Amino acid sequence: MTMIELNQAGRTFKVKRRTVHAVRDLTFTVAPGEFVGYLGPNGAGKSTTIKMLCGILTPSSGTVRVAGLDPSRRRTTLARHIGVVFGQRTTLWWDLPLKDSFELIRLLYKVDRKVFAERLAELTATLDLGPFMSTPVRQLSLGQRMRGDLAAALLHAPEVLVLDEPTIGLDVVSKAGIREFLARINAERGTTVLLTTHDLGDIERLCRRVMLIDHGRLAFDGTLDDLMASAPGLSSIEEVVTHLYTAGR
Amino acid sequence: MVRTYLLLAWTWTRAAAAYPASFALLLALGCATAALDLAAILIIFANTTSLGGFTREEVLFLYGTAGIAFTLTDLLFSNLDRVSAHIRDGTLDTFLIRPVNAWIQIATDRFVPARIGRVLQAAAALGYALAALDLDPRRLWMVPVMILSGVVIFTSLWTLAAALQFALVDAPEVSSAFTYGSAQLAQYPFSVYGRELVRGVTYVLPLAFINWQPGLYALGRDDPFGTPGFMRFLGPVAALVLALLAALAWRQGLRRYRSTGS
Repeated sequence: MTMIELNQAGRTFKVKRRTVHAVRDLTFTVAPGEFVGYLGPNGAGKSTTIKMLCGILTPSSGTVRVAGLDPSRRRTTLARHIGVVFGQRTTLWWDLPLKDSFELIRLLYKVDRKVFAERLAELTATLDLGPFMSTPVRQLSLGQRMRGDLAAALLHAPEVLVLDEPTIGLDVVSKAGIREFLARINAERGTTVLLTTHDLGDIERLCRRVMLIDHGRLAFDGTLDDLMASAPGLSSIEEVVTHLYTAGR
Repeated sequence: MVRTYLLLAWTWTRAAAAYPASFALLLALGCATAALDLAAILIIFANTTSLGGFTREEVLFLYGTAGIAFTLTDLLFSNLDRVSAHIRDGTLDTFLIRPVNAWIQIATDRFVPARIGRVLQAAAALGYALAALDLDPRRLWMVPVMILSGVVIFTSLWTLAAALQFALVDAPEVSSAFTYGSAQLAQYPFSVYGRELVRGVTYVLPLAFINWQPGLYALGRDDPFGTPGFMRFLGPVAALVLALLAALAWRQGLRRYRSTGS
């Protein structure tokens, strides 16, 4: 049983009549309950991968399976099994109070009222959403908004959670809170998590497994210890990752 | 789909209710701009007794029926014209990760309930025309039929224009020419336009079936362009064909987006 499965997945874009390979021949699997860090320099193909995982982009070659479904063909069905958070933009309704956004999500995902109330109470407590539950999303601070976005992505209890730079721009305290929360839902609920980030602290604190993508290809896949061992003589994760990013040029 | 539509529209209505002053202002503004269109017609008839062979009340009948169809569509679906903005700021991606039809999400995003004012204004114009005209009661069934097919035709036009924006992300104004342009055209009896234009909006873009062709039947008039009588009843057919085309174009547009990204 695998939760995410990519087989020779590729994605090209036409840019001014030139063909750019955003992702090529990507093959990997993620088992249920894993917490995977997905690293790569800017433009390496991280966001393209994520968009293929949630069905926004159709792969140009190879196959993608998430929760047993082909994302691009079964996008709306998959939506019930996957939670997505984009750190750069909110999936909440900008002008609505947070609690109205949540209620709307309940109705759109057709979550049973009682089950929903329990989940929301739990998320409100662990993410400390209470103080700004009635505030319109546009008035929230970045840290508050990100907590709201996380809750929104989890209200339908997805098996997979895909996070695209969820800690970007957050202060150390907010970051620590988000990390603690992610570790907890992975441990307690067994939610599979795929996390892209440029913050290596996120990776050290959370990910047992690290994948590194560069120029659209998988450059490393293994445990954090393997990653450190891959470059003997370098002592910090920053140095190892810098080494790997620059080795590909 | 209807449930989802109502759900999203109701959510935005509640959000708008938080700002009653803004709601009232938008309502008044909508009525005022719509009143200008009506004033234009009344000013014309202050100087003449007939426009393209039609009396003031008949013109108001045509204006009212097209107006109701257009303003209803404007109220319910016009936010479809923001597709290119959704593509540019990335909100389209957030619609695509939800288990709900993207078309409905775009149509209802920031639903503006205050646009109801313009529907009421058009309904008032039609109500006045119907009271003044004394139409054949056996032909009145055509009025709801033409309004309904008008809504379908306008909605299809909006959807086509929205689908076009997937290709022309940088020029959303191009699609407004179709939607608002069509509405302006349908406000007057088609007999004031040139033969070639009327042919175009009959056989190519079926605007004539919004109010002109069925309106002639309801008013008991012959077509000054001499089209055969059965064409008065083709409104629902034209609406259905256009809706089918629009649905295909929309699917194609969304497929294009999902295979180009941006």
